[in-house]
Amino acid sequence: MADSEVLHAEHRLEYPYSRSTGPIIGAFLTALRDGRFLGATGSNGSIIVPPTEYDPITSDDVGELVEVGPGGVISSWAWVSTPLRKHPLQTPFAWALITLDGADTAMLHAVDAAGPDDLATGTRVTARFRPASERIGSMADIEAFVVEGGAA
Amino acid sequence: MADETTAGPVTTLATPIRLDFDFTPGVAQSRFLRGLEQGKFMGQRCPSCGKVYVPSRGSCPTDGVPTTEDVLLSNVGTVTTYCVVNVPFAGQSIEIPYICAQVLLDGANVSFMGLIQEIPADQIRMGMRVEAVWVDESELTPSLASVRYFRPNGETDADYETYKEYL
Repeated sequence: MADSEVLHAEHRLEYPYSRSTGPIIGAFLTALRDGRFLGATGSNGSIIVPPTEYDPITSDDVGELVEVGPGGVISSWAWVSTPLRKHPLQTPFAWALITLDGADTAMLHAVDAAGPDDLATGTRVTARFRPASERIGSMADIEAFVVEGGAA
Repeated sequence: MADETTAGPVTTLATPIRLDFDFTPGVAQSRFLRGLEQGKFMGQRCPSCGKVYVPSRGSCPTDGVPTTEDVLLSNVGTVTTYCVVNVPFAGQSIEIPYICAQVLLDGANVSFMGLIQEIPADQIRMGMRVEAVWVDESELTPSLASVRYFRPNGETDADYETYKEYL
């Protein structure tokens, strides 16, 4: 019998969650859809990006939303030589903490670079947004960051 | 830059959670699945307590010994318990109301879940005798999708005493 053949099947478990964004994250995502970055003003005057719903020190509502970026500075990074299917880029890239111009906190995102030699702590990068027609109000509206003045 | 007036503010965010598995059923369950491919329910008997499991996991959960004897089970069984589904949900493929029942196949000592069709949902009852309706022979696969559903076979209801141990 051909029963010696090992059976296997693909099985997908999926929960299609939808979250409400609230007024602060919602404003941040709306700005991403518009190709802009917003940060929240904290109680000590620092600019938090991405904005938190509440002040991390006093737990009060955060203050005014202000525009930051789109350029920034890498504060820490890790090179991904073999991207996984779920990663934002399918070519080798870096995960990086990026402090946008005008911000006091760093934001995690992908950096599209030719290789790790192009990156260092302190390297200036800028956001490469998807075309406006493809943006939906998501972190993925930023395709990746690229080295400023680089060949990307 | 996109015109901010063309769309309202973002208020929701899709955050699906997805896990992709490559499932391998193993020896015992493969025997059951190969049976389905031939339009048969295959179970296995425990050599110690004599109970017949379908599908068999390859060992008896009571005695902890391998189940080595294959048992061909009947196409006919008894509804032990059931649930009438009246609530619509995302991805539903069957028209509501429909009946989900535990069916105890003749010769088996465990029931398993099956869809009951060809009967109005308000006429289902415990003890009802049902038979499996299979897909066309050309469409049989090593999957429970080979069983389209169970339907009443017209026999007199089973006596409660015959299935009370399986509720």
